[in-house]
Amino acid sequence: MSLLIKNGFVYDPVNGIDGEVMDIAVEGGRIVEKVDEREAHIIDASGMIVMPGGIDIHTHIAGAEVNSGRLLRPEDHVYDFEPKTAITRSGVGHSIPSTFTTGYRYARMGYTFVCNPSMPPLEARHTHEELEDTPIVDKATFPLLGDWWFVLEYLRDGLIKECAEHVAWMIMATKGYAIKIVNPGGLEAWGFGRNVRDLDDQVPYFNVTPREIIRGLCIVNKILSLPHTIHVHTNRLGQPGNYITTIKTMDCVKDLATSDKPVIHITHCQFSAFKGDSWANMKSGAEDIAKYVNSHSHATLDMGQIIFTDTTTMTADGPWQYTLYELSGNKWVNHDVEVETSSGIVPFRYRRKSYVHATMWSIGLELALLINDPWKIYLTTDHPNGGPFTSYPKIISWLMSRRAREKTLEKINRKARARSLLPSIDRELTFYEIAILTRAGQAKALGLKSKGHLGVGADADIAIYNINPRLVDPARDYKTVRRAFSNAAYTIKGGKIVAKMGEIINVPDGRTYWINFNMDCDVFSQRDLADLRRKFREYWTVEYENYIIPESYLKVSAPITVRVGV
Amino acid sequence: MKIIIQVTPRYQFKVPVYAECISPNVFEGKGLEEISRLEVWEGNRRRRLNELFKLELVKDEEGELTINLVGNFSKVRGIGAKMSKGRIIVDGDAGMHLGEGMSGGEIIVNGSAGSWAGGSMRGGRIEIKGSAGDYIGAPYRGSNEGMKAGLIIVHGDAGREVGCLMRGGLVKIYGSVRHFVGINMVDGTIFVRGDCAGKAGAGMRNGRIIICGRIPSVLPTFTIDSIRPNVDVDGERIPGPFYRFIGDIADGGEGKLFVSKVTNPHLSRYEKYLQ
Repeated sequence: MSLLIKNGFVYDPVNGIDGEVMDIAVEGGRIVEKVDEREAHIIDASGMIVMPGGIDIHTHIAGAEVNSGRLLRPEDHVYDFEPKTAITRSGVGHSIPSTFTTGYRYARMGYTFVCNPSMPPLEARHTHEELEDTPIVDKATFPLLGDWWFVLEYLRDGLIKECAEHVAWMIMATKGYAIKIVNPGGLEAWGFGRNVRDLDDQVPYFNVTPREIIRGLCIVNKILSLPHTIHVHTNRLGQPGNYITTIKTMDCVKDLATSDKPVIHITHCQFSAFKGDSWANMKSGAEDIAKYVNSHSHATLDMGQIIFTDTTTMTADGPWQYTLYELSGNKWVNHDVEVETSSGIVPFRYRRKSYVHATMWSIGLELALLINDPWKIYLTTDHPNGGPFTSYPKIISWLMSRRAREKTLEKINRKARARSLLPSIDRELTFYEIAILTRAGQAKALGLKSKGHLGVGADADIAIYNINPRLVDPARDYKTVRRAFSNAAYTIKGGKIVAKMGEIINVPDGRTYWINFNMDCDVFSQRDLADLRRKFREYWTVEYENYIIPESYLKVSAPITVRVGV
Repeated sequence: MKIIIQVTPRYQFKVPVYAECISPNVFEGKGLEEISRLEVWEGNRRRRLNELFKLELVKDEEGELTINLVGNFSKVRGIGAKMSKGRIIVDGDAGMHLGEGMSGGEIIVNGSAGSWAGGSMRGGRIEIKGSAGDYIGAPYRGSNEGMKAGLIIVHGDAGREVGCLMRGGLVKIYGSVRHFVGINMVDGTIFVRGDCAGKAGAGMRNGRIIICGRIPSVLPTFTIDSIRPNVDVDGERIPGPFYRFIGDIADGGEGKLFVSKVTNPHLSRYEKYLQ
């Protein structure tokens, strides 16, 4: 079926289109030059905004960890449920919605591509099974490789080429998309009841440092020409004074950038931007980080904004989750995934009146507003760690309206308000910049050529929001903005209308993107393969043969072939 | 004088009915016609209130709204949920989650009530003339937002985990209770006139539990503190003497567990630790 979206205000930053009134034609799931108007289904988008489908670079929506979170929190689901309809399934969830509901809710907001970070490779099968049950949206998932014994061993011995071969094998075996690094070295140290304190702290037994892990994997990432950079959750996350570590982490790979192309992505940066040396004098380090990012081009960030609500924190950062349990006294889960990584879950409520929480709220927005280039920072809540993804419209309204920020500032902790930088920031983002933060920038960072824009040949993933940029002043009518972004007037996925005014009308399966390496040499020599099999037998509970996920296991596989000459 | 709306089931329910709309807050300001169209769930079916219940306006004068439920409501859950004013009188049995999260008003049950009566209560008063199920005043599964304020009176017996995770308010049980009364409670008072099956106050951090009847044993993580001649509960002086224990020490708790000395002669061995 062909579609013609007529007279919308189009925001397509990749192609430099800033609110021009134009028509978008769709045929065969792609955007085309024009279609036969008599045969096409016509959508009248006059007075509405047309953007590429939303992209979320970091959202925990599937896998063993998320599922444990669901089991841990019946009280999270009880007041938030969706009955089934003729085409959708029933589901529950506030901060950790069930798989189907996750897909529907993203589609309602106009999102069409989501990345599930932090997949322990051992749990890849489970993760892909849940991703398959997440309908409509396209997905990609990042295996955790920063505390992986093989990687640590190769990097200790300085075997970068072998490490690259191994990472390539691992990404293909788990059908992953990028290299995720969580608290490098710290998770391995957590196996010994310890953590790493800084970039140059030794990881017990392996004698490598977080700096060597980050640099090593960054070089591996370059050798393998992966579309995304390394995706880093920094050391010392959530500890006062960690903004220095964050800047050092970005700085340690500065020399590896050869062009303007970024080489590192710091994820949920808000949690890594604390100044001070205790919770009592903790304050924002956003200014320093923004200053660094503004003067360098090798790093990108995402916000990790918090929302004042009850949510569930879950990361692979086991030691941090244990600290969080000790701080909150809430129920908790902590888990060691064999030789790969760790993980933890703690339910958490962010309170307006808490000095620390209110400061964290301020830091996220400060980061987004103080970094001048919107292509370097993306909108996330690190769902569900900072708050559920359904609160993105709220964050958009804070970014677009000083008045909306002031309204919330009035209600937060007095000391946090006095120290916040927000009152001194006048910047209000435009719809064009919001389109970068929520779609175009994220597509660029992920190296997705056919997503995040509306040029001819792009995938027909389109969101239409019922808001007229000529009539509505987002700085004043921030509530209208919030409403419009909560329920897209139309969400189009692969050329099909999937949601209309908050109602799901079509439930196609989303595709799973993964990296298929086309190597000039065999991935492993016979000797290496024998070594790998031997180690599987020694280290894992799973055999080598059962570990690899075949492509046929994915419902809709979308491999991206990358040519490498190792 | 007042408005009285009488609600009677049209048939015997086989599956649970979720009727959180049966609450003075929801009924107030609506005509009978509008009330009868309110949505309820019978199992997984969406129904209208008047499909399941007969509604009748008994009295219509200015004043407080009273809902009179007549018949067997033991399958009907969530009656009076989140109410903040008015009265509900149940002539018969009430189902689970009665008055869940209520912050004011009054519920009187002239029969028995199911589990989670007064769950996560924030204020108001619930009086149950018969017995009650488990988890009186307790939060929903997984939540730690226990009862914060208000009063629950049960004239008969109550089940397990009465006042689980309680943070304030008063629960009075005139009959007996089963295991784990006041488990993980943080504050508030639980008064039991009858017996307790055991494990009283496990994991409690603060608050008071008073047991006038027999208890087989006190948890080893409680330490005896003193013998008190009597205890005051809500302005009423309960004559003793009582052994006063402090616990649960395993959780660093400072809760007070009062156990009657007269009905528990087997606990006299604790007295030697008082010298």
